[in-house]
Amino acid sequence: MLAFSKRNGLEIMRDPLNLFFGAGFPILLLLLLSAIQAHIPVALFEIGRLAPGIAVFGLSFMTLFSATLLARDRGRAFLQRLYATPLLARDFILGYLLPFLPISAAQTVLLYGAAALLGLRVTVRLLPALALALPVAWLFVSLGLFCGSVLTDKQVGGVCGALLTNLTAWLSGVWFDLSLVGGAFQKIADFLPFVHAVELERAALAGDYAGIFPHLWWVLGYALFVTALAIYAFLRQMRRL
Amino acid sequence: MDAIKTIDLTKRYKDVTAVDGLNLTVRQGELFSLLGVNGAGKTTTIKMLTGLTRPTSGDALLNGKSILTDMAAVKAMIAVSPQETAVAPNLTVWENLELMAGVHGFSKSEAKDKIAELGGRLGLGEVADKRAGKLSGGWQRRLSIAMALITEPKILFLDEPTLGLDVLARGELWELIRALKGSMTVILTTHYMEEAEALSDRVAILKSGRLLLTGTPAEIKTRAGTDKFDQAFVKLVREG
Repeated sequence: MLAFSKRNGLEIMRDPLNLFFGAGFPILLLLLLSAIQAHIPVALFEIGRLAPGIAVFGLSFMTLFSATLLARDRGRAFLQRLYATPLLARDFILGYLLPFLPISAAQTVLLYGAAALLGLRVTVRLLPALALALPVAWLFVSLGLFCGSVLTDKQVGGVCGALLTNLTAWLSGVWFDLSLVGGAFQKIADFLPFVHAVELERAALAGDYAGIFPHLWWVLGYALFVTALAIYAFLRQMRRL
Repeated sequence: MDAIKTIDLTKRYKDVTAVDGLNLTVRQGELFSLLGVNGAGKTTTIKMLTGLTRPTSGDALLNGKSILTDMAAVKAMIAVSPQETAVAPNLTVWENLELMAGVHGFSKSEAKDKIAELGGRLGLGEVADKRAGKLSGGWQRRLSIAMALITEPKILFLDEPTLGLDVLARGELWELIRALKGSMTVILTTHYMEEAEALSDRVAILKSGRLLLTGTPAEIKTRAGTDKFDQAFVKLVREG
């Protein structure tokens, strides 16, 4: 499983588009919104609230990366070759999931590092914020594994690249205060995990450890549910060969 | 012991019977080709023998191990080079080989020795550090076969190994496949009749999921009453 996991990590890290969207794009957004904040101060875009939001938004690209990797492997018959090896179903699931966790951690470290240069206070509170980014990453990667199991690599680009990153952005409270819209929009946002992921990170970074809950339960609950779905979808496509 | 023995092997998809009561035997060290027009059941047969899909009924024994009850042992002794080029594009040639050695549980030093030996034998040294996705079609196929060979399988499945390659690249791969003869059992599927004739010890012709006949290329030509293998194939499939 380690050999397969290492391969997946290398495939992701060697794709220049992944590097741009994984590391460069969230930092660009952080710079841009911080520049706006410097001229037109908005509470939402203060670095202590903005950085955790963009950290979560950046992690949403893990869905695109993991879905694309899996869908391409399916399309290229690469998985067909590996299915005839002693690897078991759990080796495939873990082999796809695990390399994304250190990559997600590195992305979050880079993002908070950039935020520190823009004025974010470097305190011990960064550590729980970094640790709690991992369940969020797990959620997004599992979502990608589900999509990669049921969609082609072309479909993945539209669904995970355009639709999901936008959904994450609009329904997470990063760009605007959801209570300003209220009503059904806010209820839907509250029911989905994205806003909880952002609030979880904000609470951790602010040192409000009581405020981590119940958001952590929402994120973990969704992560477990989506992982179960991903396992089901992966095994289904494996049997359908 | 036979390398492969299928016993009434059958696969049905809803109302379509892809493979229908297949009984065939492949001897140790033989290069055995499965021939047939599209939909004959070649790929489904290979999928069942390699554990990619489960038979609806029947069984197959690979070196005495059942695909129904001992698939783990079967997977430890086989390797597959799929029809489409199945390489990891962002990994180098060497890393692709390391990956296959790794998933079969080889230690680092074992893997290194085997890669050096196989890479040298297959002439992959000159592209060792190139990313697989940047290689030409011929080199990718060569790598694809090397990835199957790295674990020294007892039975190797080659599904359309030269599909879409130019004449030169095809000739090179033929040499490579010929060199494997005797050292392992090779099951080849191909649409190229000249390839089957040039490489095979014996062939099986399938039609609509059923076995029409097996024999050496010479026996098949004699049976069809022609000295051209492709004409013999067409005649027997039409009559069968």
